[in-house]
Amino acid sequence: MSADARPLARRLFEAKSLFVQSPAGKFVTYLVLFFWTAVVLLPLYWVLITSFKLPVEVDSGPFYLPFIDFQPSLDAWHYIFVDLARDTLRPYMNSVIVALAATVLAVSIGSLAAYALVRISFNVKIAVVIAFLILLIGVIVAVAYFGVDWRITAAVAVALFMLFLSTLARRFSRGLGNNDIEFWIISNRIMPPVVAVLPIYIMFQKLHLLDTHIALIATYTAVNLPIVVWLMRDFFAGIPIDLEESAQIDGASKLGIFFTIALPLARSGLAATFMLVLILCWNEYLLALFLSNANAQTMPVLVSAQNGTRGPQWWYMSVLIVIMIAPVIAITAALQRHIARGILLGAVKG
Amino acid sequence: MAMAVGQSAETVQPTAGRGEWLDRHSGRIMVLPAVLIVLAFAIFPLIVSAYLSVARFALAPGGFKLTFVGLYNFNKLLFGSQQYHFLGTFAAYGPVEWMLLALALAGLLVWLWRFIRSAEFGLYGLVGRLISAGFAGAIVALVNATIIAGGFPGSLVTTLFYVVVGVAVQFAIGLGLALLCTRPIRGRNFFRVVFFLPLMVTPVGIAYTFRMLADMEKGPFAPLRFALHLGEFAWATDPWLARLIVLVGDTWQWTPFMFIVLLAAIENQPRDQVEAAHMDGANALEIFRDITWPAIAPVAATVVLIRLIEAFKIVDLPNVLTNGGPGLATESMTLHSFIAWRTQDLGGSAAIGYILLFVSTVTCVSFFNYAVMRSRRYQ
Repeated sequence: MSADARPLARRLFEAKSLFVQSPAGKFVTYLVLFFWTAVVLLPLYWVLITSFKLPVEVDSGPFYLPFIDFQPSLDAWHYIFVDLARDTLRPYMNSVIVALAATVLAVSIGSLAAYALVRISFNVKIAVVIAFLILLIGVIVAVAYFGVDWRITAAVAVALFMLFLSTLARRFSRGLGNNDIEFWIISNRIMPPVVAVLPIYIMFQKLHLLDTHIALIATYTAVNLPIVVWLMRDFFAGIPIDLEESAQIDGASKLGIFFTIALPLARSGLAATFMLVLILCWNEYLLALFLSNANAQTMPVLVSAQNGTRGPQWWYMSVLIVIMIAPVIAITAALQRHIARGILLGAVKG
Repeated sequence: MAMAVGQSAETVQPTAGRGEWLDRHSGRIMVLPAVLIVLAFAIFPLIVSAYLSVARFALAPGGFKLTFVGLYNFNKLLFGSQQYHFLGTFAAYGPVEWMLLALALAGLLVWLWRFIRSAEFGLYGLVGRLISAGFAGAIVALVNATIIAGGFPGSLVTTLFYVVVGVAVQFAIGLGLALLCTRPIRGRNFFRVVFFLPLMVTPVGIAYTFRMLADMEKGPFAPLRFALHLGEFAWATDPWLARLIVLVGDTWQWTPFMFIVLLAAIENQPRDQVEAAHMDGANALEIFRDITWPAIAPVAATVVLIRLIEAFKIVDLPNVLTNGGPGLATESMTLHSFIAWRTQDLGGSAAIGYILLFVSTVTCVSFFNYAVMRSRRYQ
């Protein structure tokens, strides 16, 4: 270090090598990085301390430091967990049940499809797809416009479709391959949920399933399926095919290979996808707003509904926000590498 | 499930027929559940929604009644009684607005002309570019009439503002932070974990938190107001301040996404080229321009595309943070659609949803064709 004979100004502003920054550069770098750290942490810190404040302390101006500025109290926590215990716990349990069930379903169904799309080649005839769409539109028009009972229409449509499959369909040859099917499943992510939510609402209303766990679980599964297929496709494609081929020679079935070889080898990818989808389900707001009411209400809806007539009661709301985001923060901080890997794979492979 | 499968593998010998059938069709069986779910929750709703958007919904004894009304709902949004809500209130064009519009149209025409004269010319390409250019021209005309001429923007312009400005700001900050984090510093893992956190926090929680932070009476920044002698100051009553606060919340949440992906891309850039350039005396800017940027461009384009897709769906933040207000200043299209649904206007709600689908698809497909594909060409 003493050998550095450059003038002071150059020593301050010029990097000695690629692996050592100049002191000025270092200072600016750390300044910016710590500034952004503060930007990230300040909102989280503010919610946390507000949850330990009394109403009077929130109303009488900003207090920043517990034990110095103000005396932390557990009043708000007591109110939410003891006085309102039932009203808090039910949405919380709803959120846990819905998020876990939907994630398990989406990840299992999605990985099955992703594996099949990677390893087995498909050829779906375009004519079949068009016939299916025409029948589907026919069913909807018949039910909505002519008032035919939906069970009869559906049965007729299925029969017609089967008939088409076993007769005319053989004459057509142009088909869609794996890439087309994959693209079709993934492209559903482009669709804004608000386009689909009205018919889904009406559908569950007809089935008398509105405001139940089933409605939310089914919808969340469907919404997150494209992500699972997108991510798991790459994880499965990364597994060496030799193992699977030798298992096939030994007489294992494709499903057997999937469960005994492919899934265990892709388990880190599976975990990343699982965590990502779990957090997305946990945070979901718009669909829950449409599809749930008092019974199946989830945490995001509960929190957003706190905007009462007397204005938001920040101390209670902060408790709710803290218990809603604490598990997510804990999971993210602990498994950041794995979750980020899922996001990265999706973005980089595109 | 694992048990059932194990069984089918073992029983291949005794009941060869069934096992063989299962194995021959296993591909279809594996894909079928996913396809059925997408059909039931995406394709079917999409068709029903198209039907709703051309119908009027009315409650009737024992259920509801749908009457076919043609393009009435779209007409109402684009030209009729809801125009102020959806497109905005227009102000008359002055010389500046005409000039801007002429400039934009000239630019689009030059772009089309260069494509027609280029070697890539083709019918599909031309149709696609005509759609993109027409869409871009219409948006410029709309922004001119609502923002620049001094009218009042509706939910379409507000959504585009969130998408375009939000994604640009998040990309810039994310890229900057990623570049800083790849320099030789200590505690890189600490920064990486902390910067990643906001992405996973519930948007509804973020919205309320930023409402608390933005409270200039009792929030943490209240002393700043007194220090700067800013008198009475309420962001919630000023349209642009309200939009800004939504944008700040959105940026806080989504910058990590850009950061984490760009960081990985920068770490993968050719290290030896960077070192060689450094030896030759290239400065940081030159290294970024000539080595880093070309190396990360495909990833950067893809990450912007993904973010564009998600940005169009924004609803939680405006709904909770500002309730769409003041007036309808911060209302996004999804929120507009939700409000229409709440007032029993299902047709209008579906129509907004469809226009949102159209706008977001045109934008994303255009971006994919002109930016993402181009960035990959040099790989």
